[in-house]
Amino acid sequence: MSNKEWPLWEVFIRSKQGLNHKHVGSLHASDAEMAIENARDVYTRRMEGVSIWVVESKNLHASEPTEQASMFDPANDKVYRHPTFYVLPEELNHM
Amino acid sequence: MEINLEAQFQDKIDQEIKIEPRDWMPEKYRKTLLRQISQHAHSEIVGMLPEGNWITRAPNLRRKVALLAKVQDEAGHGLYLYSAAETLGMSRDEMLNELHTGKAKYSSIFNYPTLTWADIGAIGWLVDGAAIMNQVPLCRTSYGPYARAMVRVCKEESFHQRQGYEIMLTLAKGTPEQKAMAQDALNRWWWPSIMMFGPNDENSPNSAMSMKWKIKRFSNDELRQKFVDVSVPQTEILGLTIPDKDLKWNESRGHYDFGEIDWTEFNQVVAGNGPCNRQRLKTRVDAWEEGTWVRDAALAHAEKRAAKNKKTEAA
Repeated sequence: MSNKEWPLWEVFIRSKQGLNHKHVGSLHASDAEMAIENARDVYTRRMEGVSIWVVESKNLHASEPTEQASMFDPANDKVYRHPTFYVLPEELNHM
Repeated sequence: MEINLEAQFQDKIDQEIKIEPRDWMPEKYRKTLLRQISQHAHSEIVGMLPEGNWITRAPNLRRKVALLAKVQDEAGHGLYLYSAAETLGMSRDEMLNELHTGKAKYSSIFNYPTLTWADIGAIGWLVDGAAIMNQVPLCRTSYGPYARAMVRVCKEESFHQRQGYEIMLTLAKGTPEQKAMAQDALNRWWWPSIMMFGPNDENSPNSAMSMKWKIKRFSNDELRQKFVDVSVPQTEILGLTIPDKDLKWNESRGHYDFGEIDWTEFNQVVAGNGPCNRQRLKTRVDAWEEGTWVRDAALAHAEKRAAKNKKTEAA
């Protein structure tokens, strides 16, 4: 016996046609097919989904939490990306 | 069997159930969407060019950062749309190839030149205004990935029109020369803007199918009318005049009547004979060709790094 651990998979569920797949959690499975079946059994027992994506966790690359501040700071001082930055007359109603 | 699938498909559409990439869909639906979404993507990318022309010459820093942010958004919108189109089975490079060889179209409005700073105001106000009028109903289009891309686009685009209108307002309330410049921009951009909604309904043969499949929710003429109706009061606030002598309120219709569009001009521009068609396409092709070494270098770097990691792992 090898006692080798099954790989970890990240699970994404589409709750309804028209909506994005959303990350719901992860599970271990020996291959993609088993991962989808297990995801169905774990994450859609109450009809939470109409579609499942699984991605082997090692294939997901994430930003570094310790670098969060510097990673996202380019957006901090760009108020001009928001509609409220522009001064328009009241009588325009909505634009 | 085929008929059965089509009936089921239409039934889903009628029930407002979105179609997702792996669902069965009629080939014509897939093709229509692929054409529409890729053209939409191309329009975002080519649409950066007329405005990009003024980034270095914006009158002050406030205007410059706003214009930069707007053009940057358009690049992002192109990306969302190309990604949505890719779910229909055509690769990014194939789509770009169609643009570069002239097989695929983009919105004709971007084949007009931006001659003065006021054009940047007119584009934000009118061109983005017309685009928003088109795009808001597309947030409910029947194909899931397209609808989701449009939700993001519309959310981001809300500042584009406001920044344009603010430019127009500043010019219109400025010196007589500035006001004249704003009026001149309105004169040149008005008709091309209302052409953006496409041919009249009776000359738009694919529209009926697109409406049945709920790719489109409103006809070209309905959207054009809505746009004219909202633009008139906006123009009045600016104190400018829409260059259409037939424009007037029709009490019985509850809408503004407006003059006949010069479809000969529209068809000429679509056929490639607008003022800037050749220049726009050449700019895109040059950008693609001059970027080849960057794409190659990034790939070579990634491959080299992967090979090195493999070697380290093996060791």
